[in-house]
Amino acid sequence: MSDYEVVIGLEVHCQLATATKMFTPCAYAYTLGVEPNTQIDAYTLGLPGTLPVANREAVNHAVRLALAVHCEVQPVSRWARKHYFYPDLPKGYQITQADQPYAQAGYVEIADPAAEPESLATKRIPLQRIHMEEDAGKNTHVGGGDSLVDFNRAGAPLVEIVSLPALRSAAEAADYVRELRTIVRYLGISEANMEEGTLRCDANVSLRRPGQAELGTRCEIKNLNSFKFLEAAINAEIRRQTDLLERGEAVVQSTMSYDPSADQTRVMRTKEAAADYRYFPEPDMPPLLLDEAWIAATAAELPELAWDRRRRLVGLGLSAYDAGVLTAERELSEYFDAVLALADADQAKPACNWITGELLKLLNQSGRSIAACPVAPASLAELLALVDGDTISGRAAKEVLDKAFHEGLSPAAIVERDGYRQVSDHAAIAAMVREVVANNPKQLEQLRAGKDKVRGFFVGQVMRASNGQANPQIVNAVLDQLLAEPEPEPEPKD
Amino acid sequence: MGTSEEILSLSARALAAAVHAGGVSAVEATRAYLEQITATEPILRAYRCTLPDRALAQAAAVDAARQAGEALGPLAGVPIGLKDIFVTEGVETTCGSAILSGWTPPYQGTQARRCAEAGAVLLGKLAMDEFGMGSSNENTPFEAVRNPWAPAYVPGGSSGGTAAAVAARSCALGLGSDTGGSIRQPASLCNLVGLKPTYGRVSRHGMIAFASSLDQAGPLTREVGDAALALSVLAGHDPHDATSLTAPVPDYLAAVELGARVGLGGLRVGVDRHAMQLEGLDPQVRARFEDGLAILVGAGATLAEVELPHFDHAVATYYVLCTAEASSNLARYDGIRYGLRRERASLRETYEATRHDGFGAEVKRRILLGTFVLRADSYADYYGRAMKVRTLIARDYAAAFERCDVLASPTSPVPGWRLGAKLDDPLAMYLSDVFTIGANLAGLPAMSIPAGFSDASGEHPALPIGLQLIGPRLGEATLLRVAAAHEAATAWHRERPLLAGGAR
Repeated sequence: MSDYEVVIGLEVHCQLATATKMFTPCAYAYTLGVEPNTQIDAYTLGLPGTLPVANREAVNHAVRLALAVHCEVQPVSRWARKHYFYPDLPKGYQITQADQPYAQAGYVEIADPAAEPESLATKRIPLQRIHMEEDAGKNTHVGGGDSLVDFNRAGAPLVEIVSLPALRSAAEAADYVRELRTIVRYLGISEANMEEGTLRCDANVSLRRPGQAELGTRCEIKNLNSFKFLEAAINAEIRRQTDLLERGEAVVQSTMSYDPSADQTRVMRTKEAAADYRYFPEPDMPPLLLDEAWIAATAAELPELAWDRRRRLVGLGLSAYDAGVLTAERELSEYFDAVLALADADQAKPACNWITGELLKLLNQSGRSIAACPVAPASLAELLALVDGDTISGRAAKEVLDKAFHEGLSPAAIVERDGYRQVSDHAAIAAMVREVVANNPKQLEQLRAGKDKVRGFFVGQVMRASNGQANPQIVNAVLDQLLAEPEPEPEPKD
Repeated sequence: MGTSEEILSLSARALAAAVHAGGVSAVEATRAYLEQITATEPILRAYRCTLPDRALAQAAAVDAARQAGEALGPLAGVPIGLKDIFVTEGVETTCGSAILSGWTPPYQGTQARRCAEAGAVLLGKLAMDEFGMGSSNENTPFEAVRNPWAPAYVPGGSSGGTAAAVAARSCALGLGSDTGGSIRQPASLCNLVGLKPTYGRVSRHGMIAFASSLDQAGPLTREVGDAALALSVLAGHDPHDATSLTAPVPDYLAAVELGARVGLGGLRVGVDRHAMQLEGLDPQVRARFEDGLAILVGAGATLAEVELPHFDHAVATYYVLCTAEASSNLARYDGIRYGLRRERASLRETYEATRHDGFGAEVKRRILLGTFVLRADSYADYYGRAMKVRTLIARDYAAAFERCDVLASPTSPVPGWRLGAKLDDPLAMYLSDVFTIGANLAGLPAMSIPAGFSDASGEHPALPIGLQLIGPRLGEATLLRVAAAHEAATAWHRERPLLAGGAR
């Protein structure tokens, strides 16, 4: 098996979450199981005499994305028509942007695959461009040679993000799409769900000898609709091209489809059969003019994005892993920030532990998202303070959080109501410890013999006896004291 | 109260005033025009469909509103016809094509809506060359329209049905569309005022597209004042059309008054003498053009020589661009969602049979040309180059308007011709656009006004000849002022064809 360098470029289509479609005030919302052809209007159907008018909200969304991935947003861009005949394309052409897209260059950061896992080092995947366009409808072949067309999706706003061929493995490609998904979700401009088709991906794959400057012949795999298939399809295509090259055959520029059951890519059509889309400037709309001041103001209003947050969180003392978990979703990251804003400065790590541990567990168990979390950030900050100030023990805190989650009360109120206040009275705790030790001579013997595991047993017993209120640090201190005392003389035997 | 004859003799403006004042009821006016339709249609074939019941109901509503003391719109009670290119909710709209026959739009176009809101009564839809492609009204799967001045002659095109109906007084005013001269050329051939506004002045929403960057709607009327009245109803920004202009709409009727009463003192009329060397320019058209210039000078204007250096390239440029856009705009007629469908075994065959049967020869010719022009390997040589020449042509006009206020030329190089005379010669047909397409390429306002008749000789009857005026961007008021001054000094607009009770 010879070595080839894998070269991958991705075209990612992302449906923008707007109230109406790209070029018509027709309401549209992706909903599973919505009745076909109920989200349509005269323009959507391509009725004669209708005209496109660009949707301001969609343009805003698209510009925010371009700024978030460091593109050069163009003050002047143009719409173009791309022609082909298919029943799901009502006008016989799609309005898109061709030679003058609204955004050029830019990059997406992904974790550097060559770096140490905890390093937070990133690799920049350069973009060629982003352009806006309208989606097509959906054809369903129902058998008997019949097809049904649903125009609900027709005209929905899309952005197409085109990377340069800078990805070097299927895993990197998937990582890149995940980062893009995180960005658009942070921006709140798309559901970006691959299974629902609001995020779609085509992959261009080619191979070349290491050190070779020019690119090999590429093949484009269409319609990759899950992360799993994205990776599997690219790997299958790498295998196919490697086999061809190993046999001394040429790769023919083709459009491929991926068959998951066979785990193989197959040729749909070759370049010779490729359509001529007859692009030309859309005469129904003037060029899209974006005001420079408005672009600058939009840039200034962008939220802090995932990589910046990760770097900031690591600066607060969190691990790269924890920073990754906390920033997977913007809502979670903002929850963390809100807690931290109300807590003491040294509480970053405990806040992270409580959120990524107990709180996420409770959310998962109840099937809720962080946005619907019944424990407000202020309540979690209150809990942190109660633990940090030794008012309650960590063990009690778990119970308090559970109750706060299910009952909606503040942690302080629960502590008072249910008597979780930690007892730190040394004498009272010493009495309890002595009683527990006296009642469990066998375990004491084991502890003295060096079986340190038994220590947990004693602490647990004391906590139970104190209804969880004994300060475990003091319990441990008393225990140490007892062990340090000379062993009582064994009673003389006859 | 007026007799039908009196009502039909009123200009649209005078009729609107009479309805406002109560001298004529909208129902009377509508009945008079419906009777005239009945009398003329057997010969003319100007209407694709008539809507007598609906029109009378609209008219009755206008009369009721007047009796109730409600404010009436500027076209209240004026019976009008719309070229069948305009989308009318609930009324079949075919755009002159078999591929759309039977299509009843579920929405109202902006032009039809504005007319209705102004109180106009819609008499029916008017015949046209298929998708606006033609200069004679013969490119149609339906019957060819006749010229009211000489029924063996073409009325011009593509707004030929509108021109014929307005000239024959079977509507008080009509709406046409103009991609390369389709308002002005039939106006010229039918002794009418035809106004193509600045690109974007009137919304294109609801006007079925032929070539989107060139198409513009406008009125065909018997008098200049009617064109001003209609334009003031039609003009203005429309949020449904991204190319519609937001510039405020001036008082067009005031411009007409100015021209008619004060004349043209200080106004410079530009003439490109090179264009007048055109081979194929009919001597009588040239003579009427010179007469027209003399009238403008008599009204106080001065003449200025100007040059339009790229004039000779306009026809080629136009036919590259308009066919490219047409091939794209007509891609939607695929038999899937509306209109004609020829169901076949496969999708591809269904497309082919539908478009084969649904489109006429001229439309197919232009789709083929346009598809070729937009091919990846011919785009730069054809579309790309034509766009550059278009820019040069627009610059020619801009330079010319530094030396004059309006440009004057003939509208059509020839008067009307016999039906069938040019059917086998599309190139000759294309050349009849030579004076009109420049304004479309440059997006400028232009109008044709009655400038006299050719001399009857032998088998040739006397046929109307038009004078074209082109203005700078948004210069409609200037055009109307010049046209009104010309009208005040001439009587051509008072001529009537035999069909409309006239002497010719």
